[in-house]
Amino acid sequence: MTARSKLARRRNAQREHNRIFWAALAAPGIIWLALLFIVPFYVVLAIAAGQLNQLYGTPIAVYNPLDWSATNLNAVWHITFGSGAFVGPIFLRTLWYTAVASIISLLIGYPAAYFVARFAGRRKAIFLVLLIAPFWISYMMRMLAWIDLLQTDGYVNKVLTTLHLVSHPVDWLGGQSYTVILGLVYGYIPYLILVLYAGLDRIDGSLLEAGRDLGLGRVRTFLRVTLPLSRQAILTGLLITVLPMLGDYFTNQLLSGTAGTAMIGNVIDGDLSTQAFFGQGAVLSLLLLLLLVIPMIYYVVATNRSSREAV
Amino acid sequence: MSATAATSAKPAAGSVTARAPLPRLRRNPWGHPWFLEGFTWLYLIWSIVPIALAVLFSFNNGKSQSAWQGFSMRWYYADPVNSVLHDEQLRLAVIQTLRLSAYTTLIAVPLGVAFALGINRWRSYTSASFNFVMILSFVIPELIFGVAMFFMFTSLFTSVGLGTLAETLALVTWNVSWPAIIVQARLVTIGRQYEEASADLGSTQLQTMRRVMLPLLTPAIFASAVLVFSSVIDDFVIVDLLNSNAANTPMSVYIYSQQHGGNGGPALNALGTIMLVMSFVIATVGYFGYRFMTRGERSDRQEALSTIAGI
Repeated sequence: MTARSKLARRRNAQREHNRIFWAALAAPGIIWLALLFIVPFYVVLAIAAGQLNQLYGTPIAVYNPLDWSATNLNAVWHITFGSGAFVGPIFLRTLWYTAVASIISLLIGYPAAYFVARFAGRRKAIFLVLLIAPFWISYMMRMLAWIDLLQTDGYVNKVLTTLHLVSHPVDWLGGQSYTVILGLVYGYIPYLILVLYAGLDRIDGSLLEAGRDLGLGRVRTFLRVTLPLSRQAILTGLLITVLPMLGDYFTNQLLSGTAGTAMIGNVIDGDLSTQAFFGQGAVLSLLLLLLLVIPMIYYVVATNRSSREAV
Repeated sequence: MSATAATSAKPAAGSVTARAPLPRLRRNPWGHPWFLEGFTWLYLIWSIVPIALAVLFSFNNGKSQSAWQGFSMRWYYADPVNSVLHDEQLRLAVIQTLRLSAYTTLIAVPLGVAFALGINRWRSYTSASFNFVMILSFVIPELIFGVAMFFMFTSLFTSVGLGTLAETLALVTWNVSWPAIIVQARLVTIGRQYEEASADLGSTQLQTMRRVMLPLLTPAIFASAVLVFSSVIDDFVIVDLLNSNAANTPMSVYIYSQQHGGNGGPALNALGTIMLVMSFVIATVGYFGYRFMTRGERSDRQEALSTIAGI
């Protein structure tokens, strides 16, 4: 009896020792994330709920929640819904661009990912390299590529005028919504495709064979087996493109540069260049975060679940 | 299916209904999907040809980004003023990108690996919540994170200020999730038996870590280092918000600000091409390095490719 309890005690001591070891390993990362991920959001909150120094026009961060004021929130409310509202339409445009660009990305990306995952056969590695290649090419380089092509004397206009599809060169880069949407699709589709590919590739081939054995044709197998099984990949893939698109402020600057295609990211980025608008920028980025918290948590839970299922 | 159902429901019906399903059979519904393959090729051409042209224009013997005027290396080194080699700004941008990539990788990888090990083995409320925070840092839109970092370094940690240090701290926080996620996934596939065997043979926690766990984790650590390094090369938003002068402006921001400011030209394409070559060298090293490290395992080319792409 005593021997056993001694053993148990030693095992407990060992376990306690282990816990300290693992906790010590995790500690630097935990401290880092606390200081440089959690605290910064409190600073944003402190600036959003803070005051403006009237004399210098500089923001004053207020860290005590009891002293928080709604000055900046009111200002944002005013520019969003008030009489001089300019943020409201920009916000709607952001949602519109993001929705259209993600749907186009899905419509292009899904068939390509589906083909590579299911039918590429022995050439799968080559296709995979080609699918991954844009992922490794800098976003700026990919935007430069389209700026080159879409110039007034660029190749797109040359081809179109040679084929007599247009009589005059089109001013693609002069503030067109479709150019910005094209840029967003081109910029973010590689990430979507990779997630879709990973999801489709994971589907057990025997399930598809079962569908075939039960007399389903290709289209029906796809609709009844593949599509439902890839729902998760579609959702996470869309999230992985929608989240950065909503915070995008550079694609439209490069491909149009006019106020008519401004997105919410441009307003936030613009606010950061003038100290007097820091507070409004902080409020806007917190509101955007608030809007995205639920999809983000969904993503975290979904990826956690799928990694547990993979065990 | 409906055609089959119709025929089986009326077996005694005339030969016309019995023959109805035949044209479908002749078409072999499980043959190669040429339409899908064609679509995939169109997508690949669309995704790669513009970039190839942009690379081509970096060798243009003229100032145009859209009209070909002959081959030259002037934008790389031949031009005594405007080439990447001789233009101080361009050269600084290349150096700054490499510097940030190196610093970030050197800090983020050890931090993330230790975090992953600790979090994965130390089961507690703290570890679970910080794992959640870590994955949140992976999905949060970069603009929102960048804004938080901007306020952090301009109003709380003012001694850090903007510049290389702020850029590095923010990039480490942004990228620490790569090693943390990849190493955790690897820990799950390894299982606990090696660790337990090592403990049974009498080694201490530290010895197990050094002799057993680290060698087993090497491919995952290597893959995450490759991903961190290359994603810092391509990073734009964080460094755009946190740079303060020409000496700490990396390539992506330089390309953006010049192109946006109307100073585009083949020198930017040259800079973009250098970024592209860097990423591809790293991807190639990453791929073959990973293949070499996992040579004893049952891993294939696709597995290595997806790991290097972070999927």
